[in-house]
Amino acid sequence: MIKIERVNKWYGSYHALVDITEDVAKGEVVVVCGPSGSGKSTLIRTLNRLEPIQSGRIVVDGVDAYGRHVKLNAFRSRIGFVFQQFNLFPHISVLENCTLAPTRLRGLKPSEARDEALTLLDRVGLAAKARAYPGELSGGQQQRVAIARALAMRPPLMLFDEPTSALDPEMVGEVLLVMRDLARDGMTMVCVTHEMGFARDVADRVLFMDQGKVLERAVPSEFFARPEHPRLRQFLSDIRTPFLQAA
Amino acid sequence: MTPLFDLDLLLTGTYHDWLVAGLITSLSLTGISLALALPLAILIALIRLSPVKVLQWSGFAFVEAIRNVPLLAHMLFWYFGAPELLPTALREWLYARNIEATSAIIALTLYTAAYMSEDVRSGIRSIPGQQFEAARALGFSFVASMRLVVLPQALRVTIPPLISQTLNLWKDTSIATVIGVAELMYQAAKVESASFRSFEAFAFASACYLGMSLLITGAAGWYQGRFPVRAA
Amino acid sequence: MIDLIDTYWLYFLVGQYPHGPLGGLALTLILAVLGLLFAFPLGLVFGIARVSPWRCVRWPVSALIQVVRGTPLLMVIFWAYFFLPSLTGQNTDQFWTMLTALVVFDAAYLAEIIRAGIQGIGKGQTESARSLGFSYLDAMRLVILPQVVRNMLPSLVNQFVATIKETSLGYIIGLTEVSFIATQINTQVLTKPAEVYLLLGLTYFILCFGLSRFAFWLERHHQQRTLAKAHA
Repeated sequence: MIKIERVNKWYGSYHALVDITEDVAKGEVVVVCGPSGSGKSTLIRTLNRLEPIQSGRIVVDGVDAYGRHVKLNAFRSRIGFVFQQFNLFPHISVLENCTLAPTRLRGLKPSEARDEALTLLDRVGLAAKARAYPGELSGGQQQRVAIARALAMRPPLMLFDEPTSALDPEMVGEVLLVMRDLARDGMTMVCVTHEMGFARDVADRVLFMDQGKVLERAVPSEFFARPEHPRLRQFLSDIRTPFLQAA
Repeated sequence: MTPLFDLDLLLTGTYHDWLVAGLITSLSLTGISLALALPLAILIALIRLSPVKVLQWSGFAFVEAIRNVPLLAHMLFWYFGAPELLPTALREWLYARNIEATSAIIALTLYTAAYMSEDVRSGIRSIPGQQFEAARALGFSFVASMRLVVLPQALRVTIPPLISQTLNLWKDTSIATVIGVAELMYQAAKVESASFRSFEAFAFASACYLGMSLLITGAAGWYQGRFPVRAA
Repeated sequence: MIDLIDTYWLYFLVGQYPHGPLGGLALTLILAVLGLLFAFPLGLVFGIARVSPWRCVRWPVSALIQVVRGTPLLMVIFWAYFFLPSLTGQNTDQFWTMLTALVVFDAAYLAEIIRAGIQGIGKGQTESARSLGFSYLDAMRLVILPQVVRNMLPSLVNQFVATIKETSLGYIIGLTEVSFIATQINTQVLTKPAEVYLLLGLTYFILCFGLSRFAFWLERHHQQRTLAKAHA
């Protein structure tokens, strides 16, 4: 589904992505973790070309993302992207957030788009909030709407960029549940997150990134039980005992 | 045959002298009005921030009464209307002098001060009281707290809008044409009617206005780069 | 003052209409409304161009806006007065001259309000719209601009106040708006300049103060609604 070949990216002289090569198979769930500034968000943002790259190749669902003749908007419309900050459109209702793109870009009739959106909102547990405006929802609810909005384009692939990092702790669970159900339905997912419980239970593979490189990739059981790279061991111990670490 | 654009007309001769005299008058109007408006603006801002209700209200009334009337109407009033209200002797004394420029300066000063006082007021209000308390808690005196902590922050917030009000003042001096002050716009029109070289005359005036405006905008940019507002 | 109003109120409000062209306060208002109405779409286009990712669009428009904002409105009016006829090949009357100058001038200011509004929306909105597959222009039209226009309603009312005040400069080209009419009345009465111009000022004040209070209310209302939503 995704082929990343020798991708390099610089911000000025800073080497943000170093020779990344990865594959994601159809139906696979890949979690990317790593300390802040490791390049994990940058990597996921290159997958739908929100960030330019300087060398390498990324093929998503058979389309060369940085190819010269790629139709960028059509390409992006087939990749669901969920942001850390939700980024719902505040001036239109929850339902309209979920029907805007399908009516304009998939050519659905308003009534069809509405029915589909309501089904999706029901799936994320928010059908009752269809008429509400994003500002009236909690962070967790907004993020679930953002997932429904992305799904409304019927993408074969979903990308999540730290979807729970901006949430209050008590709202993290509801979002992760929606994501877990999505994974169980066979969605291909790449997910940047610090939620190690989610990685352990849901991921097929976990990647660890630091300083722009993927240092380790393994199935979750291996990843957590037998981390090889010293920096991964450090990272895992830091996130397990943040208080002791700081003290 | 006359050239399409007669540059010589702008560089030497009578017309050149007229235009330069106009430019100097415009600059003087700006300078004098600014010098008068700034202290007045600070005074009005302090009045509006005072705890006394009557003072607050009268400050508000002053600012709103001035801002909601066009500068042109202010000028017409100070030039045509106000002198009639004065005793005859004083009026004749005024008419013997430069009544046009005086009326223009009064109008420009009041108008500019009304706008500037709002900038000063919101600049002072933008600094939270805790900053002052924190300085006092560290052991600084009242004056030292003001001088070292509050004022440096307040100035950074206030000076950029004051510079942009100065830009408005500079452009507003052109309206003094209406009451016959021989400033840049007036002189350009005079050259136009004397020489029929409207393009050259207006190009000169436009270039002066624009050049000075760019300098003022540049000053604002420099200040913001040199003294950025930093939030904690 | 009462007999002044009694004699001249109709002239003050509509000029010589219906026995001559429409003027006075009515003309002031018509000019301001049409000026803002025509300036808005132009300002929208300029504002979008100001933040365009394409340099060949962004730079010339930015330069044009800088030039207009660095020039007094009076200068723009003079240019329009002397050069519109040669541009269009026919005589332009004062009304259209003034309207053209107002539209150009206001569009430059509106463009900056719109630019600030677009930049205030935040990158996340554009990114999420683009991620859904919308083109740059669709993201602008469907997601960014609706939010910008809603947020800028108070600024728009304030710009209308500014435009009303700007129309007074039509005086200089003999446009019979309300300041010009006031001067006509002053010339006819001769003995009451202070009263005539106070009445003129009062008229502007009632109009502009009322509108600025309305803008203030809109802004507060908008803030409260946003806050209420965020807390719900």
